[in-house]
Amino acid sequence: MADVLPVEAASAGVSGGRGRKWRLAAWLLGRSFSSRLGLALVVLVVGLALAGPWIVPYPDDVAGAVNLARKLQPPSAAHWFGTDEVGNDILTRVIVGARLSLLVGIGIMLAAAGIGVPLGILAGMSSGRLRETIMRLTDMFLSVPGLVLAIAIVAALGPGIGNAMVALVLVWWPGYVRLAEAKALSIREEPYIEAARVAGASRLRILWRHVLPNSLSPLIVKMSMDIGQAILAVASLGFIGLGAKPPTPEWGAMIAIARGYLPEWWWYALFPGLAIYLSVLGFNLLGDGLRDILDPRSHRG
Amino acid sequence: MTAPLPEAPLLEARGLAKTYLTPRTAFRPPGRVAAVAGVDVTLEAGASLGLVGESGCGKSTLARLLLRLVPLSGGSIRFAGQDITDLSERAMRRLRRRMQLIHQNPSAALDPRLTVMSAVAEPLRIQGIARGRALHDRVAALLAEVGLPGDFLHRHPHELSGGQKQRVCIARALALEPQLVVLDEPTSALDVSVQAQILDFLGALRRQRGLSYLFISHNLAVVRQVCERVAVMYLGRIVEEGPAAEVLERPQHPYTRALLASVPRLGVAGVAAAAPGDPPNPADPPPGCAFHPRCLVAEPACRTTAPALNFARGEDHRVACHVAARRGLPEMTETT
Repeated sequence: MADVLPVEAASAGVSGGRGRKWRLAAWLLGRSFSSRLGLALVVLVVGLALAGPWIVPYPDDVAGAVNLARKLQPPSAAHWFGTDEVGNDILTRVIVGARLSLLVGIGIMLAAAGIGVPLGILAGMSSGRLRETIMRLTDMFLSVPGLVLAIAIVAALGPGIGNAMVALVLVWWPGYVRLAEAKALSIREEPYIEAARVAGASRLRILWRHVLPNSLSPLIVKMSMDIGQAILAVASLGFIGLGAKPPTPEWGAMIAIARGYLPEWWWYALFPGLAIYLSVLGFNLLGDGLRDILDPRSHRG
Repeated sequence: MTAPLPEAPLLEARGLAKTYLTPRTAFRPPGRVAAVAGVDVTLEAGASLGLVGESGCGKSTLARLLLRLVPLSGGSIRFAGQDITDLSERAMRRLRRRMQLIHQNPSAALDPRLTVMSAVAEPLRIQGIARGRALHDRVAALLAEVGLPGDFLHRHPHELSGGQKQRVCIARALALEPQLVVLDEPTSALDVSVQAQILDFLGALRRQRGLSYLFISHNLAVVRQVCERVAVMYLGRIVEEGPAAEVLERPQHPYTRALLASVPRLGVAGVAAAAPGDPPNPADPPPGCAFHPRCLVAEPACRTTAPALNFARGEDHRVACHVAARRGLPEMTETT
């Protein structure tokens, strides 16, 4: 019995430790109503985006079929969200729009973080001219309002969803540089970085194994919130005619046309607007919830 | 395998200096702060040297200079007979396995995201000493050596107590089987009850493994317990150096006396104010002997000429003080 015990204790320590961590994370996320709501909304948007083409009631309307016989019908059992000015089912187009918005939101966030985080950590770990160059360039971008700069860039590149994404990535990465640099600056003074040097670690190893993992929590929170913000920004560009072009089922572009049909045909603008609102809300609330989970103090408290 | 000559000290530093530039501000030009100003250190293999002094006297900077963790402003360092003063970062990385550092605060010295296993395994991985099953066994053996149970392997630092974390740090340092261990106030962040345990353990470890310690502390009792020799630092310089018993029983420098007098003792009310005032600003040190503004026996010469570290009592005991070197200070009285 006695010589079996340590082995048991050791294996229990492994699974117990991991399981406890996940349970703790689930509890922390489920603890607040807003985190649960955020998670539910994100799951809903992601689910619709994945299943979109197979669950929509009128697949022909995705590409913009013309069916003037049933144009501008109010919400009904056949058309839950009503129909638009060429007779397309709005529910169908809102669901399919989720896929585009989500892809664009995630794509912009990943590209911006992919540019910004390495630059920020590099700036935070280095000193002198390299750091100055990176940070002053960042400041230059940050000093111009993002959406205004994006509009200027799209106007120069020409309207379109691809160019809108390029423009938004260009205005989005500096935020990640700032955050990653601030984090790296504080972490490089931590004694455990010196401890890694004492063990003989190279600069690259210290960056990759110690600075990056310890900088990740605030970055993940920002990423979650930025997906929502990017969805909103793409919709904004679509609304002013610089993003997706109208037959494409994009929420912002749909509202741009629906604006001319307000207030009498209110459902045309309302449902794409609600879709934007709820998905942005979802990612923001999820980001808040993740902040609670990833903050080490909430573990110890 | 090039074994060092038996008579060469393990660590020998001459004239070590570190000067920091204070940043230029709107109100003053950039200044120079001499954190370490011309220090000689000799540490024989298997010996232990205590380094004592007030906060900010340059003890920790000296330790980091000796390990080549911060760039030198002057001086030279020989480790095991090899000149490492200008060794490249890459070459230093290989040499690191022979010289290790234990930090003051074990909670900050462990990466919060690494398990005990990963933390102790990291030096072995970096230096390419072990991998896979052998690595696991080696880490388990190290944990056992520092007195931690095997099921700690998969815990994170925040699940451990301060003393346990310091044992993990010690295991991490031992992993590379170093010859030199620099301990930067290894017990000052721990509870008093744990301090004694860790000190006993460190002492036993040194005897078993034949390690050399450079032991930094502001606690004289701790140094007396662990070290054979002691060096007293004041404002970036060593002011007294000798066998621990000799220096602590018969201190020659007024500053050493002040340090000893400031240790609270049973039966003596209050703490003797032997060194009035605060240490001077290192950016603007006083001329002559840096201690003279606080010194009770200062003479005119102390205000103009900095004393050298000269032999005082016997071959082994050196002191940097004009007064003590010329006529010796009166024996210290036990109570005042």
